[in-house]
Amino acid sequence: MINIQNVHKSFGDLEVLKGIDLDVKKGEVLSIIGSSGSGKSTLLYCINAIEKIQKGKIIVDDIDVHHPDTNQDQLRQRLGMVFQQWNSFPHLTVLENAALAPRVVKKMSKDEAIVIAEKELIHVGLGDKFDEYPTKLSGGQQQRLAIARALAMKPNYMLFDEITSALDPELVGEVLDTLRILREDGMTMICVTHEIAFARDVSDTVAYFQHGVIEEMGPPDQVISNPQKETTQKFLSKVLS
Amino acid sequence: MDYEFHWNTVLQKLPEMLEGAFVTLHVSVLSMLIGIVFAVLLAIVRMNNIKPFSYVAVAWVEVARNTPALFQIYMAYFGLGAFGIHLSPYTAVLSALIFINSGYLVETFRGGFQSIPKTQYSASKSLGMTGFQIYRYILLPQMFRRIYHPMTNQFVWSILMSSLGILVGMSELSGETQRLQSLSFRTLEFFIVAACMYYLITKLVLLAASLAARKLFRGEI
Amino acid sequence: MGSLFTPLSWNDTGFILIGVWNTIIISVVAIVIGTLLGIIVGFIRSESSKVTNTLLGAFLDILRSVPLIIQLVLFSTFIGVMGHPLNPFIAGSIILSLYTMAFMSEVFRGGFDSVAAAMKVAGRSLGMTYWQTVSYVSFPIGIRTVFPSWLGVALSVIKDSALVSVIGYMELLRTSDQLISRTQQPLEILLGVGLFYFVISYPLSHYGKKIERNMAL
Repeated sequence: MINIQNVHKSFGDLEVLKGIDLDVKKGEVLSIIGSSGSGKSTLLYCINAIEKIQKGKIIVDDIDVHHPDTNQDQLRQRLGMVFQQWNSFPHLTVLENAALAPRVVKKMSKDEAIVIAEKELIHVGLGDKFDEYPTKLSGGQQQRLAIARALAMKPNYMLFDEITSALDPELVGEVLDTLRILREDGMTMICVTHEIAFARDVSDTVAYFQHGVIEEMGPPDQVISNPQKETTQKFLSKVLS
Repeated sequence: MDYEFHWNTVLQKLPEMLEGAFVTLHVSVLSMLIGIVFAVLLAIVRMNNIKPFSYVAVAWVEVARNTPALFQIYMAYFGLGAFGIHLSPYTAVLSALIFINSGYLVETFRGGFQSIPKTQYSASKSLGMTGFQIYRYILLPQMFRRIYHPMTNQFVWSILMSSLGILVGMSELSGETQRLQSLSFRTLEFFIVAACMYYLITKLVLLAASLAARKLFRGEI
Repeated sequence: MGSLFTPLSWNDTGFILIGVWNTIIISVVAIVIGTLLGIIVGFIRSESSKVTNTLLGAFLDILRSVPLIIQLVLFSTFIGVMGHPLNPFIAGSIILSLYTMAFMSEVFRGGFDSVAAAMKVAGRSLGMTYWQTVSYVSFPIGIRTVFPSWLGVALSVIKDSALVSVIGYMELLRTSDQLISRTQQPLEILLGVGLFYFVISYPLSHYGKKIERNMAL
């Protein structure tokens, strides 16, 4: 379970997260929506300790993420993250991309790592691309590679930072379908996304962020289909029109 | 350390060293200016494929870029002697530097020119500009911006390479330093001062270049 | 012009070959040491604070702003004065390697800087430690990108090796010099020497350009 308590985060003088309280239970799918600059992506980076927080606590599986004694490299093995710009490693093949971390971080043998990597790559539909270099793949395929690469570490949670925003429209579907598969598998997911329809169909909970605070949070039936707050209504009408 | 530094000897000879530095500067400046002229000619010949000159141009560039500067200087000073041409040390070094600079600058020009997006050309054509106008107002200014930094580096290179004059008895900074130190045997002090002078000259040139750049390229990327 | 090879006896050829060998060996030493040090220094500069960077940068700047010939003469005079003279090969190797390092460190610094921060974030997010990310992500990517520039510096070193003759090292140009004064045939000998440098440099520099073009795709 992920437990976020009163988290504040600033970049210099600019406070980007102004007191976030949030829980994500095992198997839950949380979608975070909101306009750019509302702090959504920053929260994800705080959860896996890429960014530091100034106040509050984030607890992942009973581990305090930002405690000085916490081994953050080890912690990140429980949290898989996929980025807007897939960031595939250009100097490695698709298979090597997915097998690298299990081999290097978990100290698996090359063969063991390859078995796991192949399994995850097939799971996301890249079974025929093992020996290709990422630059030869489409954006959608590279994004699925990024997902498989993260899954190969067998994380307990997956964090998705607007993973379809940089894709050509016709490639978005294949990536969202992959996320649906993960949901079926029971993966706990936090998705920062602009795809409102997806958020409505797939999430258990939706949180609307604005200016560093959670304006509204609840099941998609409520937040998206029947928003209570005016700010939420305004945002949705702009995005859905 | 048993050595006693005697800086006075050097300080007395400073004016003569400064004269040497002046020679360094003007041989470098000349080699750049004349080098640019030749580079432009070579570039034109190559781009328009004017045979047989384009073969000469290719050979010039490849030899200049693939052989040592000292070799060029020896060729100019000793090699030409076989043809009865005896150049003074100054002229030999100058010729060698011109030869090399023009070779490198042609490639710089070519790179700068090719890095301008082709869309600049089509955009200006569709505005109705003639070929000459496109060069003058759109292509050449952009090219200049891109070659400015490499050209500054080439100038600094010329200044540093002129030091090879020491080996053919030229009276630029290194040559003068050599001559003066051999009169007093304060080798270490003289060459330390020479090193400092080269460093200062280089820094001043780069400073002047960046100041000029700020004035010339205001507001551009 | 007369017969090209008449004045060259078997001894002379051997003499020239020593020059060739000495040129090759000092170039290789300087390239290898310059590259290794350049990678380390380039990496340090890429990852350091501004203070360290500026100090290191100033030192490297001096190496690049004083002519190589002056550095060689200064160093050999200095060690002589100190009472620890070194043979020309060692002295020349030290200075040429440092000189090479100064340029190589710029090349590698650019390479490491060019690896997008996002790549490193991706590596860390997978649970890789800082050094694992450096070894498996930053380093391999950075090195590949800079190969053409590295080659450019390496070729310059081969040409600059000619200058080590100033401190008494019998590299190619110096041996040819002696041969010229003996045989009074400057042109043929110089042409042969020039051909040597050209034959090494030209194919390698064009290979480098080809790699550069392939990478740009």
